[in-house]
Amino acid sequence: MHSGDPVFRMMGDRALLVELGDQISPSINEKVRELFLKLDRRTPEGVVELVPSYRSLMVVYDPLKTGFDRLRDEILGLQQAADPSLVPQPRTLSVPVVYGGEYGPDLEWVANFHKISPEQVISLHAGTTYRVYMIGFTPGYPYLGELPETLATPRRETPRTVVPQGSVAIAQRQTGIYPVQSPGGWHILGWTPIKLFDANQWPPTPLEMGDMVEFFPIQEEEINRWTSSKA
Amino acid sequence: MDIIESLEILSPGPLTTVQDLGRYGFGRYGVPPSGALDSFSLRVGNLLVGNPETEAGLEITLMGFKARALTDLVVALCGGDLQPHLNDKPFDMWRSQIVRKGDTLSLKAPRTGCRAYLAVGGGISLRPVLASKSTNLTSKFGGYEGRALRKGDLLFSNAPDRHFKSAGKMFHSEGRPSYTGDWVLRVLPGSQDQDFPEEAKKAFYNSSFTVSSQSDRTGLRLSGPALHRKKDLGDSIISEGIVPGAIQVPGDAQPIILLVETVTGGYRKIATVISADLPLLGQIKPGDRIRFQEVSMREAMTALQESEDHIDILKKSSD
Repeated sequence: MHSGDPVFRMMGDRALLVELGDQISPSINEKVRELFLKLDRRTPEGVVELVPSYRSLMVVYDPLKTGFDRLRDEILGLQQAADPSLVPQPRTLSVPVVYGGEYGPDLEWVANFHKISPEQVISLHAGTTYRVYMIGFTPGYPYLGELPETLATPRRETPRTVVPQGSVAIAQRQTGIYPVQSPGGWHILGWTPIKLFDANQWPPTPLEMGDMVEFFPIQEEEINRWTSSKA
Repeated sequence: MDIIESLEILSPGPLTTVQDLGRYGFGRYGVPPSGALDSFSLRVGNLLVGNPETEAGLEITLMGFKARALTDLVVALCGGDLQPHLNDKPFDMWRSQIVRKGDTLSLKAPRTGCRAYLAVGGGISLRPVLASKSTNLTSKFGGYEGRALRKGDLLFSNAPDRHFKSAGKMFHSEGRPSYTGDWVLRVLPGSQDQDFPEEAKKAFYNSSFTVSSQSDRTGLRLSGPALHRKKDLGDSIISEGIVPGAIQVPGDAQPIILLVETVTGGYRKIATVISADLPLLGQIKPGDRIRFQEVSMREAMTALQESEDHIDILKKSSD
């Protein structure tokens, strides 16, 4: 469907969406990242917000200062200007996780669903390096992909009204970390003591879109080693 | 600068929060704008009391709010008519007035609209978090300790006495929106408009929708005819950014008008409310009825310019 040229979609009179592909893939997401970084560096007049996601970048603007056609031209111009120096190497964050038990109430269910042992679920989940495709849903929530095919799990039929802060969860080919207590429909495999969102710190979250995340299992007794440290 | 105690909350009603015009620039971290749902009324209120229009005020929902002045103040109430009273006498809206130390301001119940905005000369003195005083209730930051106001909370303002000269200023009646409960919202096509067949679009533009009681600052949930997507398409889309006023249609085919507490989502958007009508979304309450009217970008811009003109008249009269 996509020839590689960006598709511009109108989102009302104060935002537009630049689509750079039609699927979840690291290369499309990297294109989004490049465009996001370019626009962040040389923000066109009137732009108030840039929200990168899997395959698109949302550009929110003040309609009294600029408009769809003008921004489309400016964005196309910036996109074509090659500037690889703008794109820093992604960082890798290692995230400790207490898997199972009260920390990961869905671990057994997920193991049964896939007819493997909980230990195998843990080693599959912790044995993969994930890309931060986007941050959204709630402040600091990283959408991480992709989960190994053998762990791909449909969302819970009934979402939980309360998912504790720090929960590490999976759904389909994605995994994520709940930075604040919120409702949620993903399966909770474990819990991390690392804080993923703090509005009073700068930056408020240790992760940016395009960064990498690895999980490693820890025991309940080790939690204290991580609660005082910053990610 | 003398920052002094200005208001004591005697009763917050169902939900009173500190809000300004929102928090922009942090969407990349998943941080939604928050801010006053009816930004127009907050801006007018601030200008009436001699504040910058970007100052924070109180967003008061539906009924049962009561506060006591702890010093002489200039205040203005704009937005929904929640039957405001000062010491049990009716209190004019859309006009700045002096309230004396010890006076009690109370809001009974909505006659029109859903939310009233209380602006105080000298503002609400709070430390901005991520560049805004708006309250983010989901992640519990900003505003007053990241939470809704409670009985006994004390608010501070910056030199309220310097604002006395603004008292008695009125917002011209032609500029005041009317809140009927039977709403016509003007929209532009949404980012997945093309995913809805003609019959869904017809149903969307030719029917009336009822606002459900499940509505809050995140979204207005509507019930009406089912808006089915094209047959070969899945339930959700790859998550992407969303703006306030986007009208998404999840799996149950009932639309939700998204408000200010969300920045990404994975459902199709059939339309987006135009900027000029966004403030009205803060005045729509459960049980109200909504119709959607498609307009052109040019009409959307004209409508926005008209509402900005009303603000400009007020600004000029303040100079």
